[in-house]
Amino acid sequence: MLKRSHFQPSLLPYLLVAPQILITLVFFIWPALQALYESFYIQSAFGLGTTFVGLENFVDLWEDPLYIESVWRTFMFSGLVAILAMSLALLFAALADRVIRGAMTYRTLLIWPYAVAPAVAGALWIFMFDPTLGIVSYALDMVGVDWNQAVNGTQAMALVIMAAAWKQIAYNFLFFLAGMQAIPPSVYEAAAIDGASPMRRFWNITLPLLAPTTFFLLVMNVVYAFFDTFGIIDAMTQGGPANATEILVYKVYQDGFVGLDLGSSAAQSVVLMFIVIVLTVVQFKFVEKKVQYS
Amino acid sequence: MKTFLQLGLAATLSSMALGATAQTDIQWWHAMGGKNGELIQGMADQFNASQDKYKINPVFKGSYAETMTAAIAAFRAKQQPAIVQVYEVGTATMMYAKGAIYSVEKLMKDNNQPFERDGFVPAVISYYSTPDGELLSMPFNSSTPVLWYNKDALDKAGVSKIPTTWAEVGDAAKKLVDSGMKCGLSVGFQSWVLIENYSAWHNLPIGTLENGFGGLGTELVFNNEHVKKRLSILQEWTKDKRFVYGGRAGASLPMFTNGECGMWMNSSAYYGSIKSQAKFNFGQTMMPLDTLVADKPQNSIIGGATLWVLQGRPEAEYPGVAEFLAFLASPEVQSNWAMESGYVPITQDASNVMTVQGFYADNAGTDTAVKELSLNPPTANSRGLRFGNFVQIRDVINEEMESIWAGDKTADQAMDTAVERGNKLLRRFEKSVQ
Repeated sequence: MLKRSHFQPSLLPYLLVAPQILITLVFFIWPALQALYESFYIQSAFGLGTTFVGLENFVDLWEDPLYIESVWRTFMFSGLVAILAMSLALLFAALADRVIRGAMTYRTLLIWPYAVAPAVAGALWIFMFDPTLGIVSYALDMVGVDWNQAVNGTQAMALVIMAAAWKQIAYNFLFFLAGMQAIPPSVYEAAAIDGASPMRRFWNITLPLLAPTTFFLLVMNVVYAFFDTFGIIDAMTQGGPANATEILVYKVYQDGFVGLDLGSSAAQSVVLMFIVIVLTVVQFKFVEKKVQYS
Repeated sequence: MKTFLQLGLAATLSSMALGATAQTDIQWWHAMGGKNGELIQGMADQFNASQDKYKINPVFKGSYAETMTAAIAAFRAKQQPAIVQVYEVGTATMMYAKGAIYSVEKLMKDNNQPFERDGFVPAVISYYSTPDGELLSMPFNSSTPVLWYNKDALDKAGVSKIPTTWAEVGDAAKKLVDSGMKCGLSVGFQSWVLIENYSAWHNLPIGTLENGFGGLGTELVFNNEHVKKRLSILQEWTKDKRFVYGGRAGASLPMFTNGECGMWMNSSAYYGSIKSQAKFNFGQTMMPLDTLVADKPQNSIIGGATLWVLQGRPEAEYPGVAEFLAFLASPEVQSNWAMESGYVPITQDASNVMTVQGFYADNAGTDTAVKELSLNPPTANSRGLRFGNFVQIRDVINEEMESIWAGDKTADQAMDTAVERGNKLLRRFEKSVQ
């Protein structure tokens, strides 16, 4: 039997993890607990009156058919953003990986959108698709499509999905490309000698070896779509028309920061936090089993 | 020589520092960017130069919603500014924050500043007064909806008379579309224009208890037959483009200025934007009358923002705040602000100055807003509205109206749902302030 410890107990490891723990406590645990606490109260905007209401904020959400719709809408939105952003990024990475001349320029251009602020990204897309001024809506008009995202909810949803995915492609591209370049060329050479076509090499070598990257990106993209897209939605549709693009995080922002209904907003963020925790656990428990790390 | 210079420099610096400490600094948070922001800085500079006891510091805080949120967060952290600009839909939130606000009328009296309630445009101050008539916040930038029209397009379509009723608007819209335009009429801030002002204009209640002025127990009642009828007619118009919806707030402005829509109903404060963007002759006229509802219009209600004074600043600041607010309401400052920004002057005296200076004569139609606001003494239905959580309620109304324009709901269903959802928000607000 091993002795309990081969080392003298030391303070050093605790000191080394302390900054990380501290940051987590201050920027995650504390606000999360605060949100949990506030979700049991209805309070006035100025904080002058506070009434304990138990679970009423949650019950109100549960009984609101629009909120339940918004939950499903969020799943659809996040799924589509993740799939679109990841599949396009994979395609671009696979193509960029083969480029030899001017590779740096090509890659830089693809990574560029990541540096664009969400609100600016939103403004760019809304400008291209503006029913009156937009160049894309003008082109669509010529082929007989009546584009007006201010009225048509499906068009508005398609537009925010495109913008949100576009913003994330650069990030995914970076990871896919790095993953591809980490695959030893000898593996491809061996496959090529055995007569495997480029497509087959992609499907049977690149893709399986990218599994850890893909899994990581799946988690990141879902979290991104759930939490980080409200800037884009705010700049483009403000959740409209008729709620068509109101996803959960936008409603949290709208009710809390614009409407100043902190109780409901806190309850919504608790629900959102819970959903993302469950999603992440599910991903780690089931999807990760299929991932080969070496 | 060197030491002498240093001494001199130190003396200058310390005298400057002394000068700075003798002055009381007053923070003013506002939401006016661009040209209006510069005008605000100009007013503060003018006031600061006129006396040496107080120094007004205007700080731009972003959009209306951002400015209000920032001020509330600052109040919770006890770092609030003395003056904050709040949009009209935030009025109920502000006025029910009893320990946080300092009634402007009381502030003026406490500090012996002149305050003539009768001198203000009635519909402007009624929106921000208690049921007893005490003015709570100082009206600053106010506007009201008008009907904007493209004169050239109307001429081309053969519309000789500028529409004054909804029936005439419908005819004009039809002729505009027939003459090849993409759209007859569009609208901005649809809840404000087509529900709130439509109701006030025809003396219809928006909510019980005098549109909420009478207390927190108010309930929305705008789902009446008249509003529903008007909206269902507009829904009918969307089919042949007599009416085209172009988004929330001012998003449909380009549709009017590009010449797609011949008529546009939105705030009178768009005068400057339209003047700089439209390449056609345009004009503004009073909102159309719905002859199915009333024989003559009542008065319109305002939009825009007021200046609220917050409690909890050092005592020394409030006399300065009162002096500054009196300065802002003076005819010279007020008329200058109105002429430069396009907002409605808040006092009759300021409006008279503008008449004397020939502003209304040189800029035809710019007096439409004042006329609409002072058409009749405001009634319980046209004084304004005071609903808590109104920011969210407007969103609800926007959503439900959008489902009308998309053809998903009838006007009947949409208005009933809007009222039901809005009332839930009112009850939440009632709970939050008790």
